[in-house]
Amino acid sequence: MRALLRKSSVQKTLAVLIALLVWQIGAMILNEELILPTPVRVLVRLFTVWQLEGVFTAIWYSLLRIALGFFLALLLGTVLAVIAGRFPFVETLLFPYMAVVKAVPVVSFIVLAYVWMSSRTIAVFISFLIVLPTVYTGLLSGIKARDAKLEEMADVFGVSAKDRFLYLRLPNLAPYITSAVSLGAGLAWKSGVAAEIIAVTSKSIGGMLYSASLEMRNVDLFAMTALLVLLSILFEKLLVLLLKLVFRRLWHK
Amino acid sequence: MTVLNLCKSYGEKAVLNNFSAHFDAGEISALMGPSGCGKTTLFRILLGIEKADAGEIRHDGAKTVAVFQEDRLSEPLSAIKNVCLGRRDATPDEAKALLSALGLAEDAEKSVKELSGGMRRRVSIARALIADADTVLLDEPFSALDEDTKASVMRFTRKALEGKTVVLITHDIEEARAFAKNRVYPFLSHQG
Repeated sequence: MRALLRKSSVQKTLAVLIALLVWQIGAMILNEELILPTPVRVLVRLFTVWQLEGVFTAIWYSLLRIALGFFLALLLGTVLAVIAGRFPFVETLLFPYMAVVKAVPVVSFIVLAYVWMSSRTIAVFISFLIVLPTVYTGLLSGIKARDAKLEEMADVFGVSAKDRFLYLRLPNLAPYITSAVSLGAGLAWKSGVAAEIIAVTSKSIGGMLYSASLEMRNVDLFAMTALLVLLSILFEKLLVLLLKLVFRRLWHK
Repeated sequence: MTVLNLCKSYGEKAVLNNFSAHFDAGEISALMGPSGCGKTTLFRILLGIEKADAGEIRHDGAKTVAVFQEDRLSEPLSAIKNVCLGRRDATPDEAKALLSALGLAEDAEKSVKELSGGMRRRVSIARALIADADTVLLDEPFSALDEDTKASVMRFTRKALEGKTVVLITHDIEEARAFAKNRVYPFLSHQG
């Protein structure tokens, strides 16, 4: 039993169960579903939330927008990090943009974007904007942490540029890529759905959350939020798994 | 390969001061000296990784490879793949044959991060042996090996490198004598 309790996964599961219990007790004491529904009630609603009209369309379009913003940020962030790693003046040149995006609250960008673009593209833009510095900064750190001793070895043995990248630099960069993707995926969902809520985007999870809040359907609001968390975790885990598979295939084929 | 009056300093500290040596082409030589006397600095200069402040290296420009003091292996790759990095057209079969000869037949497919220090050392030796080089520099290559393994690895390495210009850098006199026979030279550099 003690050995089982020492396992990190068991400890985390227990912590989640305790948190749910605290929530259940708090909701029972308040006894006001409009303020705080019980987790049991939310869980039951989560299994029936599919019955809400347009929920699948909303999930699909939100996923498309957020994924598009995320992958654009991944692409541009990688390109910029590679260029900045090669030319330090580019890092200096990009510094103010990245610092501003990191420091300014996401709501300010959403409000500004609301003036500039249609409600359907705001989520794409905001996900892109928020994920970009995470990817750029993470990958640039990885590029800078290049293993000088392996580089020397590659010079001495005349390792080809392709092998040098795939087998010497990429393994060093892999933890930074995985971390940037993992962090960025969560941020993309958080910021993207926030943009959908503020822009009241039709056919979106954010739009559905907004409607639920307006109509004071609090159980729906909690259930949709739980669904959102599940989607975000699934998106992140799938991407990380995909990366691991790609790396494994590259290095162990 | 002839080295004439090499000088190298790091700030105020002179590491090599008019160092000169000659290593016969196609022969195995050993350069002996205590730790910290500048052997690795000389090794790096001979490899072209570092530049000397002054002096001259007369070498026929042939390809030089090395076994570094550290293993310098790509962690996620298998032992075979690491060895194949030693030469662009090296095949996995060639790498496996070398690894087997060095006692790593069972571990050739394993990722090098799963290997012990002595095994990793042998992978880095195999990488230098597979390279198509005329000159091979060895910086304390056998230091992580236990006595029994060391003897067999030295024997095989010596045989595999026959006909090449080889310079072993070591602080171990027994190792130097066993590997380079009568071509053991003291590392003579006037420290500043």
